Amino acid sequence: MGIELKMPALSPTMEEGTLAKWLKSEGDSIEPGDIIAEIETDKATMEFEAIDEGILGKIMVEEGTENVAVGTVIAMLEGEGQEEASPSPSPSPSASEPAPVPSPSPSPAPSAEKPAAQPAADRTIPDGTSFTSTPVREALRDAMAEEMRADRRVFVMGEEVAEYQGAYKVTQGLLDEFGPKRVIDTPITEYGFAGIGTGAAMGGLRPIVEFMTFNFAMQAIDHIINSAAKTNYMSGGQMRCPVVFRGPNGAASRVAAQHSQNYGPWYASVPGLVVIAPYDSADAKGLLKAAIRSEDPVVFLENELVYGRSFDVPDIDDYVLPIGKARTMREGSDVTIVSYSIGVGMALEAAETLAGEGIDAEVIDLRTLRPLDKQAVLTSLAKTNRLVVAEEGWPTCSIASEIIALCMEEGFDDLDAPVLRVCNEDVPLPYAANLEKLALIDAERIVSAAKKVCYA
Amino acid sequence: MAKKPSKSTSPDQAAPAIAPSDDPGFVLHSLQNEFEENKRFAASEEQMLTFYEQMLLIRRFEEKAGQLYGLGLIGGFCHLYIGQEAVAIGLQSALDGDKDSVITGYRDHGHMLAYGIDPNVIMAELTGREAGISKGKGGSMHMFSTEDKFYGGHGIVGAQVALGGGLALAHQYNEDGGLCLAYFGDGAANQGQVYETFNMAALWNLPIVFVVEDNQYAMGTSTKRSSAETRFYRRGTSFRIPGMEVNGMDVLEVRAAAEVAFKHVREGKGPVLMELNTYRYRGHSMSDPAKYRTRDEVQEQRDHHDPIERLKKELMDAGKDEADLKAIDKAIRARVAEAADFAESSPEPEPSELYTDVLVEEY
Repeated sequence: MGIELKMPALSPTMEEGTLAKWLKSEGDSIEPGDIIAEIETDKATMEFEAIDEGILGKIMVEEGTENVAVGTVIAMLEGEGQEEASPSPSPSPSASEPAPVPSPSPSPAPSAEKPAAQPAADRTIPDGTSFTSTPVREALRDAMAEEMRADRRVFVMGEEVAEYQGAYKVTQGLLDEFGPKRVIDTPITEYGFAGIGTGAAMGGLRPIVEFMTFNFAMQAIDHIINSAAKTNYMSGGQMRCPVVFRGPNGAASRVAAQHSQNYGPWYASVPGLVVIAPYDSADAKGLLKAAIRSEDPVVFLENELVYGRSFDVPDIDDYVLPIGKARTMREGSDVTIVSYSIGVGMALEAAETLAGEGIDAEVIDLRTLRPLDKQAVLTSLAKTNRLVVAEEGWPTCSIASEIIALCMEEGFDDLDAPVLRVCNEDVPLPYAANLEKLALIDAERIVSAAKKVCYA
Repeated sequence: MAKKPSKSTSPDQAAPAIAPSDDPGFVLHSLQNEFEENKRFAASEEQMLTFYEQMLLIRRFEEKAGQLYGLGLIGGFCHLYIGQEAVAIGLQSALDGDKDSVITGYRDHGHMLAYGIDPNVIMAELTGREAGISKGKGGSMHMFSTEDKFYGGHGIVGAQVALGGGLALAHQYNEDGGLCLAYFGDGAANQGQVYETFNMAALWNLPIVFVVEDNQYAMGTSTKRSSAETRFYRRGTSFRIPGMEVNGMDVLEVRAAAEVAFKHVREGKGPVLMELNTYRYRGHSMSDPAKYRTRDEVQEQRDHHDPIERLKKELMDAGKDEADLKAIDKAIRARVAEAADFAESSPEPEPSELYTDVLVEEY
């Protein structure tokens, strides 16, 4: 029996990739450490290294094949003098789930938006506008590039933003276009560079400070809150601080508790900050452009698991969206599901399921967490009289808690049922795949909460 | 010179401040060498008089602030600059007011007065009034004048150092020829972000002068109890930042050192770290019982190292009439009394001000 060479997972969130190139041919002898293929993901091109020695047997996936799922057998490695063997038909023994099979056409990522749940168009988009399907990470990059072209005061700083092209490839290509003065690699020193970015904003520039993830921004939170958010007030309006702090927020995949946390509620509790957490590409682009132009300090929370998802972006020059406005992602009349960031995808999925069971759910994407678009929530509540908040984050002192308080204080007469929150479990996020899955929200839980408030 | 008692017994006290370097291209000690060659600024009588007036204004202003605090007119934290006047005046007198920026911590009244900012609006900020420079919303620790490129006034120990790095980045980015003067205390000198900033400032060659105002005590903890290396000017060495050790109780020495440091930075050679040895006569803040040092220690500093008395003596030695100097003091006392009257009589902020300036824009 030969050894199955499987499509490797090159990052915690990789689900599929492109087999860009075979560097060895069938019949070549392979030593451990030999580079046998190049694999491209949406983030990077990586080399696939041999672990075992042998002869490269049958190549099962030709070079150039896209969307090869992680775990797919791509070739066989035969022992010296061994007969060529077929790949084992049995599923990977290490996985509790069946190994993914290669799909000939692009397969939707699990829990990605389904075409049926077409988001309602934003009010600012005129009829007849064409759209381009764009991954979220590229929409973010385009937003930064456009603003950097328009305003020389705008620059990007952070870890690996320049030469590495971004730890998550969000800043890809910016160094080439704008040079090292405006795309600045920093040492790993979050407190220090958050302070320098904030000081540069006080000095009249428009910094975009990238945190590799917002987990690391805890080292820098003093500058975000004490220096950036409060100075305008403390100076009686003299000293502005137009800085954008951005980066991925929330749980990624299998990176455990220290790297998996939603800071939305933390920052949204601070007067003096604007906090934005978009879901799709159009909002990511339009709101990041607005954030960069804002005279106020903005915390812009992205989500690593959403970076690779593609959504339509309107082909409009200078597409800027208003800060502080929620978006109705799906109209409905029976129950409102309020969410933001990655939760919106799950809410839309839940709405589809509910539709199949005769429940017509409305999905509201808050988009901005501070200032909160209270009116959008209350208007929808007045229409459906039932509300569920879906939040990928802890339940205690959450955005969900805030929405519930809002419904109690200002929407009580419209309520036909208690507002329910669907949040992550109130535990540090575990590493084990099954426990992680148990801890995180999903569409199923949103469905069951929605049914509960509908007494269905 | 306000020497740390711990240093007098230090074996390296006798050794030259300048150690030979095995790296000939390295400028770590060249600035101290240059400074040692000509340690005192050759001020004209007019300049000396200006320094005298400016230092005296800080002294009398702070004394008045202490009184108003005692009367309950100033609340919260109030950190006085008495004893340290020569530092702000010596350094800031060497700045280019059109280009350079200044940032400091919470002991900030003196740095603002050194800029010539109206004492009325500073005192009115201390009393929390509408006419205060921050509309009464910042108080003693949070005062700013963007017009004067004075960027605060920061309450978190050490935060102003990283922010100052950002101001320096803006000078470099805009190619405006300015530098940032970032003050911090011997207490802040132990904060990690100070060294994060040293690293980036040196790495990126930022136009910044780091100033440790070593007033010997971080709140109630003496430097020898808090710092493994009390000669703070050495702390830039591992970042290749040249250090300078300066007597912060002599305004002419401070000014001479400033000239050397600023020239280095303006020539595009990157940051400089200056240690200014000084002494605060008052407590850390108004609520400090000062049990950590003796009255005699304070008195010794007042009697033998006071920066204002030193300059007064020099002016008199140069032939200035003591009566003229007394007249200056009288005028300054009157000016400060006027600021206090203004600060007491200015109305409190309108209640509606509670909600303004939280955000700049409306969303």
